[in-house]
Amino acid sequence: MTRVLVVRAAGTNCDRETAHAFAAVGGNPETRHVNELLAEPALLREYRILVFPGGFSYGDDIAAGRVFATELRQRAVPEIERLVADGGLVLGICNGFQVLVKTGLLPGGEGQVVTLAHNDSHRYQDEWVPLHVATDKSFLAKGERFLFPIAHAEGKLVASDETLDRLEENGQLVLRYARNPNGSLRDVAGMCDRTGRILGLMPHPERHLEPWHHPTWTRNGLAAEPDGLRFFQQAIAAVS
Amino acid sequence: MERIEVRVRQGFADPAGVAALHDLRLAGLNASSVRVHQVYFVKRLMDAARAARDVLVDPVLEERGSGGEGVAVSVSKRPGVMDPSEASVLRALRALGERPTRVVTAKTYWIVADASPEEIAAAVGRSLANAVIEEITPGEAPEPREALPATLSRPVSDLGLSRRAQAVLEAENIETIGDLVALSEADLLALKSVFPISLEEVAEGLRAEGVPVEAVGNTLRTVDRAPRVPNVPLAGLSDDELLATSRKYVLALNLHEMHAIRDHFRGLGRAPRLGELETIAQTWSEHCKHKTLTGPIDYTEDGRTERISNLLKETIFASTQELARDWCVSVFKDNAGIVRFDDEHDVCFKVETHNHPSAIEPYGGAGTGIGGVIRDILGTGLGAKPVANTDVFCFGPLDTKEIPDGVLHPLRVMRGVVAGVRDYGNRMGIPTVNGTVCFDPRYLGNPLVYCGTVGILPRGMHEKAARPGDRIVVLGGRTGRDGIHGATFSSETLHDESDTVSGGAVQIGNAIEEKKVLDALLRARDKGLFTAVTDCGAGGLSSAIGEMGAETGAEVWLERAPLKYMGLNPVEIWISEAQERMVVSVPAEQLDELLRLCAAEDVEATAIGFFTDTKRLLVKHYEDVIVDLSMEFLHDGLPKVPRRAEWTPSPPPPPEPPLPPRERLLAILSDGNTCSKEWIIRQYDHEVQAGSAVKPLVGPDGKGPSDAAVVVPVLGKRKGVAIGCGISPKLGDEDPYRMAIWVVDEAIRNVVAVGADPARIALLDNFSWGNCNDPEVLGAMVRAAKGCRDAALLFGAPFISGKDSLNNEFKGGKGTIRIPHTLLVSALGIVDDVTKCVTSDLKRAGSKLVLVGSGKPDPQVMRDVASAIRSGRVRACHDLSEGGLAVAIAEMAIGGGLGGRIRFDGDLFEEAPSRFLLEVSEDVGIGAVVGEVTKAPLLDFGGGFEVTLAEARDAFLVWERLL
Repeated sequence: MTRVLVVRAAGTNCDRETAHAFAAVGGNPETRHVNELLAEPALLREYRILVFPGGFSYGDDIAAGRVFATELRQRAVPEIERLVADGGLVLGICNGFQVLVKTGLLPGGEGQVVTLAHNDSHRYQDEWVPLHVATDKSFLAKGERFLFPIAHAEGKLVASDETLDRLEENGQLVLRYARNPNGSLRDVAGMCDRTGRILGLMPHPERHLEPWHHPTWTRNGLAAEPDGLRFFQQAIAAVS
Repeated sequence: MERIEVRVRQGFADPAGVAALHDLRLAGLNASSVRVHQVYFVKRLMDAARAARDVLVDPVLEERGSGGEGVAVSVSKRPGVMDPSEASVLRALRALGERPTRVVTAKTYWIVADASPEEIAAAVGRSLANAVIEEITPGEAPEPREALPATLSRPVSDLGLSRRAQAVLEAENIETIGDLVALSEADLLALKSVFPISLEEVAEGLRAEGVPVEAVGNTLRTVDRAPRVPNVPLAGLSDDELLATSRKYVLALNLHEMHAIRDHFRGLGRAPRLGELETIAQTWSEHCKHKTLTGPIDYTEDGRTERISNLLKETIFASTQELARDWCVSVFKDNAGIVRFDDEHDVCFKVETHNHPSAIEPYGGAGTGIGGVIRDILGTGLGAKPVANTDVFCFGPLDTKEIPDGVLHPLRVMRGVVAGVRDYGNRMGIPTVNGTVCFDPRYLGNPLVYCGTVGILPRGMHEKAARPGDRIVVLGGRTGRDGIHGATFSSETLHDESDTVSGGAVQIGNAIEEKKVLDALLRARDKGLFTAVTDCGAGGLSSAIGEMGAETGAEVWLERAPLKYMGLNPVEIWISEAQERMVVSVPAEQLDELLRLCAAEDVEATAIGFFTDTKRLLVKHYEDVIVDLSMEFLHDGLPKVPRRAEWTPSPPPPPEPPLPPRERLLAILSDGNTCSKEWIIRQYDHEVQAGSAVKPLVGPDGKGPSDAAVVVPVLGKRKGVAIGCGISPKLGDEDPYRMAIWVVDEAIRNVVAVGADPARIALLDNFSWGNCNDPEVLGAMVRAAKGCRDAALLFGAPFISGKDSLNNEFKGGKGTIRIPHTLLVSALGIVDDVTKCVTSDLKRAGSKLVLVGSGKPDPQVMRDVASAIRSGRVRACHDLSEGGLAVAIAEMAIGGGLGGRIRFDGDLFEEAPSRFLLEVSEDVGIGAVVGEVTKAPLLDFGGGFEVTLAEARDAFLVWERLL
C-alpha cells in the first residue's frame, strides 16, 4: 500500500479528513507533527506521497502559509526535492498550497514568484465551486471536472504576466475555476511544478468524498463516485 | 527595536485597504482611497534585510517602505494586550537562525479623504480600531513603549559582569537587564556556553541589583515576593462598610454573603486573606454558581405565592428526571450535557453567552466567547472533540441613528462579533453550522452573543475524578493581568463607563494556542494520561482547581504558574483568567509522559501542585499562604436568601394595522430577523472536518435558508447530528411562558424538518435576562422556566444542560435600558442515516404542497413529519415561523428557484407552533394540500396577492446591498 505522510503544524485542521481520504482510496496514510519532520527530514524517504493539508498553520500570521514555509525552507526542502526526483508526489491543499507557493516549491526552481493574495472580497469565503483540469501536466487527467468547496481568505493567485505566460505555456496552470470565486488571475484554482509531481490547489477535494457532501444531493440524488474520490484515486495511481 | 514596514507595491490592489475604505465609509467618512502598511518592531534582530526578504515581505506583492498619500493614522495594541501574531513571527524568525526576544506589530493607514486629520482619526476610532485595547496615533507608527519596571530598563553593564561576558551580551544585542531576563531557556543555554559563570551566578548578580529572579532548571524565573497581599479585616464592620469592602475589591458579593463570610472567619478567629475573599467571590459569583436560578424564590402569580426552593431543579431539571431517557448519559452535571450517539461514541453540547465583553470589544469578546465554549467541550468528561459550532446574536437595529455614550454602533458590533467568531472558529478547524440573529432596540447597549459547541467522545469517558496525589498540571496559555475579574464583571450591569473601568475584562483570544491545546489534550486523553480535566474559565485557577479538588482537597504552588510578564501579585496569579488554558490531574507516574507529549506539540505544561485528601484548599506562593479554606465552606457556604418574584399579565399591545399582504411579505423577508444571513454564514468554514450533510444554505445556488444543519461526526459513517435553535424575544414581552413553549417548539421543529428523530432530541436552555433583583424580571424568568418544563414534558425532549446570564441592562445618561427577556433553546437531534435528510428548497414543478399541523404545540405532528420524511416521499420541508405560511413558501421558492401557487383560506401570516410546509412527491397521509410548486417564478397566493420570485429574492438578500 502506498505510504502517505500528512504533515501537521500548529493550526493545521484538515489533517484527519485528508488522511481519511487517502485511506478511502487504498493508501496507507500517517500523520506527523512538523517538529518530527524538521528534526529528521530524512524520514520523508519512507513515503511516496507527502501532503500539506488545509488549516491555518501558525494562525496565517504575517501571511497564509508563510511561517510554515519558512521552517520548511530552512530544513526540509532538499529532502522534499529528493522525494520528487524519486518519483514521489507532493500535494498541498488550501493552506498546504499556500505553503508550497511560499517555499518556492511551486512553481519551482526560482524562489517565490507566485503568491496567493487576499480574495477580491477581502473576506473569508466558504462556497462550492466547479473547476476543470486544463492540462495533462500533473497526475490529473486533462478535461476532468470537479465540484469542490473552497474555504479561504487568501486564495487569489497573483504573479507577473511574464511568469503566468511561462507557466501557462509549460502547462503548469493545471486547475481552473469554471466560476472564479476570488479574483484569481487566469482563473487558477491549482498549479503544479515543472515535473508535474508537486501539485497545489485551493479547493478541498477531501470535503467531497461522500455523495452526501455534495451541496445539492437532496435535489439531484447521491452520486455513485464523488469527485473527491476520483481525485485521490488518481494521486495514488500516479505513484503505483 | 528594528522597524520593518511592509506595504503593497504600487500597481497592485491593496485588498486590506479596500476593506478599510469600506469600513471607513460605513463609519461616515468621505474617503476615496486607503493603503494599509503592516509594521513590525523586532527586538534583537541581527539581519533585518534578510528577515524582511525571507519572512515578512511577500516578494510578488509587497515591498519594504514607508510613506504614502493622504493622512497617516496608526493603530497598535495597548501595552499588556496580547498580540497573537507575536509567537508566529518569533517562530519564523527563529527558523532563520535569529534569536529575537520580542515582536510588536502595528498598522498604518494612509487615508485620502475629504476631511480634517482629526476627523479622519476619529473615523478610524469608530471603525478600524477600538480604544479599549488599541492606541490610535496620528502619523506613522511610533516605536512601542516598553512598560518595564525601572530595574529592567537599566543597562546590563550595571551588572558588573566580566568584560568577556559583557562583550558576548553586546554582540547579541542584549542591552538591558530586561532583555536578559526575557531570553528563552534555549538562548540562555546558548549564552551560558560562552559565559564564564553559571546561570545561578547570573541570577545572583541580578538579585544583587534588585531584580527578583532565580534560576529554575535551565531558565530564569521572576520571583515576585513583593507586593505582599494584605488581610482584609471584616470583624466589627457595619453593613455599609461590608458592602464598601465588596465594592472596593470588585467582589460583587451581597450583604448576606458578606455576613456569611464574616461569620465564618469569626469562627476561625482570624481575618480573611484577600486571596480567600477573591476565591470565595469567584466561586459564589452568579457566573459560576447561578445562585438566582438555583436559589430560593417566593413567586407570586394571580395573587397566590409559592416558595420555590431551587427553580432549576423544580422545573427544567425535574422534567429531565421525569422523562428519564436512557440515552441521557450526563445531564446538568458536567461542563456540557452528554447523550449517547452510537455504540462507540457519546455526543455533548453546550451553549454559552459572552455578552458583556462583546459589548465593549466585539471582536475580542466574541472570539474569547467561542474559545471559552470550545474549552467547555474539551473539559467535558475526560475531554471531547469539538465537531460543530453554533452562534446566535442579538443586536440593536442596524439602521439605528442615535447611539448613547459608551455604546458602539450595532453595525460595528455585528461586524466585530462575526469576525471574532469567524477568526476563532475557523482557525480551530470547527465548522460553524447553525445560528441566527435577532434585532431589537433594547439590545443597543447590551448585545447578546451566544456561542455553542457540539463535541464527541468515546463511550465510557464521561466520568472523571481527581485522586489524592494526582499532580495539578496547567497547560496552554500563560497568566497575565488581562483576565482579572471576568466572573464578577460578567455578573454586573453594564454602564456608560464600562469600557474604561472594565477594559481589563476584555481579552484577546489566540485560536492557534487553543488548537495546540486541543491536539495535545486529546492525544493525552487517548493515552490515559490524566484522571480529570477542566477548563480554566472566568475565575482562572481559583475556580478550576477549587472545582476539581472539591471532593479531595488541593495544594497549589503559585510560584510555578507560568506568567506572561513580571509583576503579578499572587492573588492576581490565582484569579486571573487565562485564555487557552486547561487544568488536568495527572497521576505522578504519568507526569513525565504527559510533559513530553505536550512539549512535542509545543504546548507549555507545568505541574503547580497536587490534589490532597485534606478537603482543604491550600494555596501558597513560596512560603506565603495565600488561601487556606475548607472546601465545604467554599462550595456549600453560600447563604440561601429567598428572592421575590412576581408575574402580572400585561395586556397585549394593540396590534399594528397590517400592511397590504404584498408589502407585508416583502417587509418581513427583508427584516433583519428574517432576511438571509449569507453574509455571515459564508465567512464561517462550515465544511471543515468533512462531515457536512445538510448545510446552512441550500438549493442549487445556495440561497435558501436551512432549518437546521446536519453533521456526521465520525468519518466514513452515515449517522449524524442535527443542530437547530429557537429564539423569539418579541414573545417574551407578552408572556414568557408562551415564549418558552414557542422556542422549544421552534428548536424541535427545525431539527425535525431536516430529518431528526423526534424521540432522540436533547435541548439546552440559555436565559439572558435583566436584573433579577426586580421581582417582575425574576417573575418572568420563573414563567419561562415553567414553560421550558412543560414543553420538554410535552415533546418528550429532555433538557441536558443550560446557562443563564443575568443583569443584561445598560445604564446610560437616559436611564436604564433592559434587554427583552431572551430565551435561546438549542436542539441536538440524532439522524440515523443522513442520506434520508431533506432540505427546504423546492425541488420540482408540479409537486403538491402540504401544510401539516393545527397550530397547537403537538408532538404527534413532529412524529408524523418525521415518518413522512423517512418514507422518502418528502422532497422539501420547512417549518412555519416568522411570517407564517407566506414566508415559508417564499423561502422555499427562493432556495429552489421555483414558484409556488398557494390556495389557503386561513391567515397566511399566522405564527403558530408545530406547523410545517411539505413538498411531496405523492400523498403522505397527513396535513392538507394548500398548493403546488410551479415552474413560473411567481408566488401566487390568489385574490391578486402575487410576488415575483425576483422581488422576494431581492428583499430576502437585502444584506448583499447593505453590508
